[in-house]
Amino acid sequence: MPIATLASDTSTHLLKSPNGIAPGKRPEIPAATLRAWLSQMSLIREFEVRCMQAYQDKKIGGFCHVYIGQEAVAVGCVAALEPRDPLVTAYRDHGHALARGMHPKHCMAEMFGKIGGCAKGKGGSMHMFDKANNLFGGHGIVGAQCPLGAGLAFATKYQDEVINSGKSDCVTLCFLGDGALNQGALHEAMNLAGLLDLPVIYVVENNGYSMGTAIERGTTMAHKITSKAVGYGIEGLEVNGMDVVDVYVAMKDLIDRCRATSRPAFVDMRTYRYKGHSMSDPRKYRGREEEERYEVEDPIGKLEKLVKDKNYATPAEIEAIYDGVKTLVRESIAWADASPVPSLDELYHDVYVEKWGPYTGTSLPQMLTEKP
Amino acid sequence: MPTREIEFRDAIREAMSEEMRRDQRVFLIGEEVAEYNGAYKVSRGMLDEFGPRRIIDTPISESGFAGLAIGAAMYGLRPIVEFMSWSFSLVAADPILNNAPKMLFMSGGQFGCPIVFRGNNGAGGQLGSTHSWCVEALYSNVPGLKIAMPSNAYDAKGLMKTAIRDDDPVFFLESERLLSLKSDVPEEEYFIPFGKAAIRREGADVTLVSWGRPVLFCMEAAETLAKEGISCEVIDGRTIRPMDWETVFASVRKTNCCVVVDQSWSFASPGSEVAAQVSQHCFDDLDHPVLRVHSDDVPAPYAQNLEQEMLPNPRKICEAVRKVTYRL
Repeated sequence: MPIATLASDTSTHLLKSPNGIAPGKRPEIPAATLRAWLSQMSLIREFEVRCMQAYQDKKIGGFCHVYIGQEAVAVGCVAALEPRDPLVTAYRDHGHALARGMHPKHCMAEMFGKIGGCAKGKGGSMHMFDKANNLFGGHGIVGAQCPLGAGLAFATKYQDEVINSGKSDCVTLCFLGDGALNQGALHEAMNLAGLLDLPVIYVVENNGYSMGTAIERGTTMAHKITSKAVGYGIEGLEVNGMDVVDVYVAMKDLIDRCRATSRPAFVDMRTYRYKGHSMSDPRKYRGREEEERYEVEDPIGKLEKLVKDKNYATPAEIEAIYDGVKTLVRESIAWADASPVPSLDELYHDVYVEKWGPYTGTSLPQMLTEKP
Repeated sequence: MPTREIEFRDAIREAMSEEMRRDQRVFLIGEEVAEYNGAYKVSRGMLDEFGPRRIIDTPISESGFAGLAIGAAMYGLRPIVEFMSWSFSLVAADPILNNAPKMLFMSGGQFGCPIVFRGNNGAGGQLGSTHSWCVEALYSNVPGLKIAMPSNAYDAKGLMKTAIRDDDPVFFLESERLLSLKSDVPEEEYFIPFGKAAIRREGADVTLVSWGRPVLFCMEAAETLAKEGISCEVIDGRTIRPMDWETVFASVRKTNCCVVVDQSWSFASPGSEVAAQVSQHCFDDLDHPVLRVHSDDVPAPYAQNLEQEMLPNPRKICEAVRKVTYRL
């Protein structure tokens, strides 16, 4: 018997359609876009499966949190953003990095602790950064990224309005898990965002569990977490995070409004992680039956079916997408394997910008300096 | 260079205002900094000059606004964050210790954090235990940040100008008890580099090493001791990270004795670091083990007599100097 199940159960934890979008009123997404999303989501899935293997093989150390089941969230949200918009997230961050455009070889090399990693092997799985793609981390302390997200929104608005005397034109997406709902950092950040009119959207990837604690055991109003934003004067929205089209449509509308009004927003993005909290989690707090109920909601299976039903790709073309993804991940692993470990000099590099004492200054990682 | 006599608080404001006129990326954020003109009037008049977009009042929400400023610094702005008291920075420990000093390293050189955190540090005068933190011992333990701790208005301005232009996070420790003290400050622009100590008084018999307000206690003790025939050399470190070891070692090699005066608690403190470094690098020069004068190893009390006794003071410094020079 599971120790706890989601009291809300599949029927209510997962939403069937997002707020404000009546069934049948979803806009048509072009075939090429749907195929691209299928490719990105299956890339994340394949990448994470191979991460789990690499972890078992001890090629990845420390903590490692995989994104399997939540792929529609990162891909749908990033599709609704402009490239200039900042994005910051928590420690389950591989999916966001890949969706934002980081090459999987740099993401994998980071986890292998290699110099070719996005952070030269100094950050690891929980700390993915990509300046070229406006990814501001990867943050390991639950909720810590929430004030940073407010600060990124403050900075884009300050740059647009105070320095350039124009109109605020960026939106920051700050992702968090449902476990961060109970950290003070989120609440202080939401209060400041509401008070200072900051264009930041807090996207709660609500997968129902903070590590092993079901959401209703950890937070009040678990069935209506958007109520937490109401007190800060922040608009809340519930979105079905298991369907990439729903995610994209809801987020595009919300981001457009946030960009126009320069006001914050809060999203209860209902999703489910198929694997454990981290690699060491045997998932004894929930039953296999529960997981099976959610597996039929698989966002990749759902998108594949949509593409097939609309005749946007033949079965052979879909297979070609999956084969391409497998090849890319296999090549990325080989690249990461071949990348050298950081030299010991790296210990005293990137600690301070300034060179002083034993510290040797700073430089950009290979990811940002190599020719494409 | 023409000078005028101004208060420590005015010196800090001049430094911030000059840098804000020069660089639009610089802004000031904190509790009561704008409409109230600063809880201690450091930012008096800045709202009038720079407006509410650059002088930003926050609610009492240190973790929130410290983290917000760090996010802004990652994007490329150059925030100055005022903590009304460094004692209140403890509720912002995660952003100021886990984010600001580690961001450059964790991102492999992609995102630096050019930010200044500043405010009152140390006992303010009968504020009790929660409001009397000397955070230099806690924070100097952390790589990735710099710590400046001026003892006078001239240094406060020159060090603050350097801090704002620094590309790394700087913790700037002021003292409520110094804010009204005046000193001569040049009309012209100047900078004081980090990691360059000042010799406040030359002497032959003993080296006193200190930072911030306790430097004044050292100067007072040196006066008393001079009448007893003991000649003290007083070194004002100005910054703790980086620390100017060469100036300290050169002085100790001359005097052969060292007393370090540090207002934080003794265990794992800047004072213990000086004792360790001097012992290691000047072992053959020392006539006596390095002695340390700290706050007593107890919470800061309220009662005036107890607080006076708990803090480093000239009497305690004199006693340590007499002992280290074998005059007891």
